[in-house]
Amino acid sequence: MATSASLSRTSDFFREVVAEAPVDPHLEACLQCGTCGGSCPSGPDMDHTPRALFAMIAAGMRDAVLRSNTPWYCVSCYYCMERCPQEIRITDVMYTLKRMAIKAGYSAQTTAPKAPGFAQTFVDHVENYGRSFELGLITRYYLSHRPLDALKMAPLGMGLLKRKRLDLSPRPIRQIDQLKAILDRAREIDAAHST
Amino acid sequence: MRYGYYPGCSLERNAGAYHTSLMAVAAQLGVEFAEVDDWNCCGATEFIAVNRLRAYALVSRNLALAARQTNGSNGAAKGQLVAPCSACYLNLSKVEHYLSQSPALASGVNNALAAGGLSYEPGSVRVRHLLDVLVNDVGYEKVAARVRRPLHGLRVAPYYGCLVVRPGFQGRFDDPEYPTSLDRLMRTLGATVVDFPLKAHCCGGHMTQISRDVALELIRRLLKNAADYQADMIVTLCPMCQLNLDAFQESVNGLFGTEYRIPILFFTQLMGLAFGLSPAAVGIGKEFVDARPALAKIGAAAPAAAEAAPKRKPRRGDQSLPLPQMPEEEL
Amino acid sequence: MSAENPHRTRHDPHATPDAGHGERVGVYVCHCGHNIANTVAVEEVAEWAGEQPNVVVARDYKFMCSSLGQELIEQDIQQLGLNRVVVAACSPHMHEKTFRSACQRAGLNPYLFEMANIREMGSWATDDREAATQKAKAQVKGAVERAVRQQPLEPLYVDINPNTLVVGGGIAGLTAALELANAGYHVYLVERDSSIGGHMAKLDKTFPTLDCAACILTPKMVDVANHPNITLMTWSEVLSVHGYVGNFTVRVRKKARYIKEDLCTGCGTCVEKCPVRIIDQNFEVGLGYRKAVYRNFPQAVPKYPVIDTANCTFFQRGKCRACEIVCPTDAIDFNQKDEIVDLEVGNIILATGYEQFDARRVPQYGYGRLANVFTSMEFERMVNAAGPTAGRVVLRDGVTVPKRIAIIHCVGSRDKNYHEYCSRACCMAALKFAHLVHERVPEAEVFNFYIDIRASGKHYEEFYHRVLSEGTHFIRGRVAEVTDAARGPGEEGQLIIQVEDTLIGKQRRIPVDMVILMAGMESRKDARQVAALFGLGCDYDGWFTERHAKLDPVVTMTEGILVAGACQGPKAIPESVAQGSAAAARVAGMMGQRVMKREPVRACIDAASCSGCRICNTLCPYHAITFHEDRKVSEVIPALCQGCGACVAACPSAAISGAHFTRDQVLAQIEGILWDARQPEVLWLEPQ
Ligand code: SF4
Ligand code: SF4
Ligand code: SF4
Ligand code: SF4
Repeated sequence: MATSASLSRTSDFFREVVAEAPVDPHLEACLQCGTCGGSCPSGPDMDHTPRALFAMIAAGMRDAVLRSNTPWYCVSCYYCMERCPQEIRITDVMYTLKRMAIKAGYSAQTTAPKAPGFAQTFVDHVENYGRSFELGLITRYYLSHRPLDALKMAPLGMGLLKRKRLDLSPRPIRQIDQLKAILDRAREIDAAHST
Repeated sequence: MRYGYYPGCSLERNAGAYHTSLMAVAAQLGVEFAEVDDWNCCGATEFIAVNRLRAYALVSRNLALAARQTNGSNGAAKGQLVAPCSACYLNLSKVEHYLSQSPALASGVNNALAAGGLSYEPGSVRVRHLLDVLVNDVGYEKVAARVRRPLHGLRVAPYYGCLVVRPGFQGRFDDPEYPTSLDRLMRTLGATVVDFPLKAHCCGGHMTQISRDVALELIRRLLKNAADYQADMIVTLCPMCQLNLDAFQESVNGLFGTEYRIPILFFTQLMGLAFGLSPAAVGIGKEFVDARPALAKIGAAAPAAAEAAPKRKPRRGDQSLPLPQMPEEEL
Repeated sequence: MSAENPHRTRHDPHATPDAGHGERVGVYVCHCGHNIANTVAVEEVAEWAGEQPNVVVARDYKFMCSSLGQELIEQDIQQLGLNRVVVAACSPHMHEKTFRSACQRAGLNPYLFEMANIREMGSWATDDREAATQKAKAQVKGAVERAVRQQPLEPLYVDINPNTLVVGGGIAGLTAALELANAGYHVYLVERDSSIGGHMAKLDKTFPTLDCAACILTPKMVDVANHPNITLMTWSEVLSVHGYVGNFTVRVRKKARYIKEDLCTGCGTCVEKCPVRIIDQNFEVGLGYRKAVYRNFPQAVPKYPVIDTANCTFFQRGKCRACEIVCPTDAIDFNQKDEIVDLEVGNIILATGYEQFDARRVPQYGYGRLANVFTSMEFERMVNAAGPTAGRVVLRDGVTVPKRIAIIHCVGSRDKNYHEYCSRACCMAALKFAHLVHERVPEAEVFNFYIDIRASGKHYEEFYHRVLSEGTHFIRGRVAEVTDAARGPGEEGQLIIQVEDTLIGKQRRIPVDMVILMAGMESRKDARQVAALFGLGCDYDGWFTERHAKLDPVVTMTEGILVAGACQGPKAIPESVAQGSAAAARVAGMMGQRVMKREPVRACIDAASCSGCRICNTLCPYHAITFHEDRKVSEVIPALCQGCGACVAACPSAAISGAHFTRDQVLAQIEGILWDARQPEVLWLEPQ
């Protein structure tokens, strides 16, 4: 288990990742067995398997890790976490790395350049309405991030509309101000912590 | 039985059929789902990727509302919150679990909630998936008793996806690798359940938005596996899985030159049909891949029981080795 | 004195014996190298101890257990007239004997010695120097207070019963039994199964020398059966154990075989004619069949079959009796009953072995669902010439010869979801399998999937190199899943191994037609009950706990109970044999002394205070208390009492006291430990 003493022996970047995770992911226990990399449905499409990424974190390869498409290609299936023989919270680490990449301004430079945009657009919508609004989300995301792909998505959108599976306008929650106040406070707390 | 109910954004619109059918089925089974008033989005898989504390605060607002509204006073089971969407189920239970694990996180979240006049005491809400409640609280017997039109002749591939069975932040109700509760529920309805080795594999999740071809390959594997086992349809318990497998089936066929036409229905839709409800009452008709040809098979073939393989007796000259014994499965 | 003695001394030559008692205590605080001194300020503790009442001398020293350290005590006893000695060091388990002997050599009764454990209970438990030092002082103070109240005691001597019970007839138990029997001692060997031989009897070849398991095992089995000093009791189970080292009474149930052993010639005609054929889940691990009347294998020892009543048509439905009809010597006896036998033994060696991890618990490897996934033990039976396929390597259909075989290491081992430990033997067994496949099916390809290859043993690494040179594929990566869900044409109808080849850093899908799971070892399901029965400890994983992992691996904390083989932790054949021999040597060594010195720590009932309530009678785990009906008082039989103290604590009349643990000794020790506790503040409740 990572204690403050054992953590002090790891790379700065390793400590940064551990500190960013919601609870200790126990990354120091990784055996490099490859169960995660073998289980991952996106494994073949990632630039580094999760296992390799953990070795890179231990080696302090900050730039290469935050630029990697690996976290963005994680589909959050939790297979790795379920099977990891060391009970490492791998999926949490993937989310943590995404946040770190965005925060450090790497999001446009990753090898999965479209992903951070999608996440950001989604978040903006939820912050404005309290609920996700698929039509708005998809149009705004495609028009601002992937104008060329927008056409590919059009038939799907039409299909959803035709089947009454898409709203034409957002349905905000009633107490959107309350939610905004909560999220603003959370942002302040976070800002105070990370400086 | 009365539970707090968190529908989640998808059930409001794109998975409206799920909402309609689960409400219809609940009424039949005498279960009441009381929607949490003014709930907000759980953040799906995206919010947590952008900011940690804001994501936890976002979800915690729902937990705080649910704790207040399921305090046991209105006859609802205390602190029991049912989520039909896998992603909502995961997010709610994960946040609740981590708040209980980390006092620092809990105090940060409560600090944020206070800005909206709310607070949340970790441990006061237990998040359950709809399937868990239907098979474990209501029970297979009670479901069986309501079956009016058994789904004989229908071959279904039970599809669990990821987040309902893994990682089980608030405990498990089924095996994370090879779950069987939905299989048994489908058999209870009279359907024939095909082995579906990929039953807990990924549908691609948000990958459709990030790298379309990667996602389409994930979807293709599932469709191929279901087709290999000659399933008439795939039943699912998650709006995201339904959308990916259903709405993107055409794109899969386009990209890989396949010709899959496998309807994807919510398990509650099949429950409703077996209970004798009309297709419209359970939202049939909203799917991209038309389910009617498959549903027409119901009752056409002999009941599933007749298909049961005869007990194998070792014959003279048979050199085959015995198979490992597995624990007897019920039904 | 300081000239010859380099160690620091706080000695007040003018100190007079404490008024009223005359006890002269010497206190010795050990550094234990850095073990204690790094955390406890040993000099400070010694200095402080020297200032305590009754303490005549207090010293600290680098290694008290060294001969120099012991001589220090002896000198002080003789030169300063010490009559009590306290050593603050490690645990009494380690060195109480050492220091008691030192006292004895200097003419002091050894029971006037007291030990304070400031290492395990202090320096090893914390990094906080100040707190550890403070605690050490408290422990020393408690020990001094107790020591001054101690009384000289004389040890008891009891005879040792020269018989030994060995539980378990696997290779460890067989070895132990033969060693003792050859040394001239009588052995009862109790085995639960119908034959001895254990897991080893199921194997074909043994690594790394590839000698045939049966060829080296069966001679030992026969020796055991024929040895005049061994009473072999198979199909038998231990029901209860009473007594103590040197004098155990063990009750054993000999289950009915329904075969008269004096008549049966072992011809096997009954087995042949029995109409019932069922899958053998025990010896054939589910891969083969057996009859309702059966023998595990042709060379089983003893040769008599047993009838499995749960599957016998006669026992279930009252008809059949085929075996009875065909038996040429009328040896079948359907009326046989279980027998209960009491054995008197001096020592017990447990060699109850291990169980194989149940591979069904790892659903992603498909065992039980995918027909051509086999466990390692199934494969052992398959390659065995006497096994279900007569040694042919085939798929589950019994005919098809596999062309591509995957061997998956670490199934259930090295995995916190199952067992965190390494099962030690499976890597080598996996290498052996690879070799056997190459030998039997030369055209087949073999893939070993491993995290690390653990080949540390004599000639093990060389064997690994041999298997490498035979063209086995070694892929470093723990397999993620085995599936029959084909993604494309190349995979149809095959088992796919999905794995990250960690040396390349890429996910691979490798189609094979047979998979062997190297399921690890785990403790037996009833290990905890067995441990409770014999009064020994189990660790977290259910392995029996030895007294010291390195220096005393076959002896347990319970005197007279020893362990050998895989019941103590995963082991291969060589280590199991070594432990069997070691346990036998320990027992023989003790029996060579004929009598045994026993601690005089005994309970004693004051007849005048005993109310005759008899609470203690049933409580005593050693049945050492009798009740005198005539006088209505209880009495402890010193030879049976183990000094556990259960009765002392339970007696409502406070009539029982334990020698060496008297009430005033224990209370004084507690008060000593609490020497610096604050006086409780007295609160006055003001009347309103
Ligand atoms: S499965 Fe766990 S231990 Fe193995 S490589 Fe991945 S993170 Fe490390
Ligand atoms: S949770 Fe993410 S990283 Fe882990 S196996 Fe699934 S997709 Fe891969
Ligand atoms: S009586 Fe029982 S054991 Fe004997 S032959 Fe019949 S079934 Fe077999
Ligand atoms: S011996 Fe080898 S296969 Fe067995 S648990 Fe240890 S590392 Fe794994």
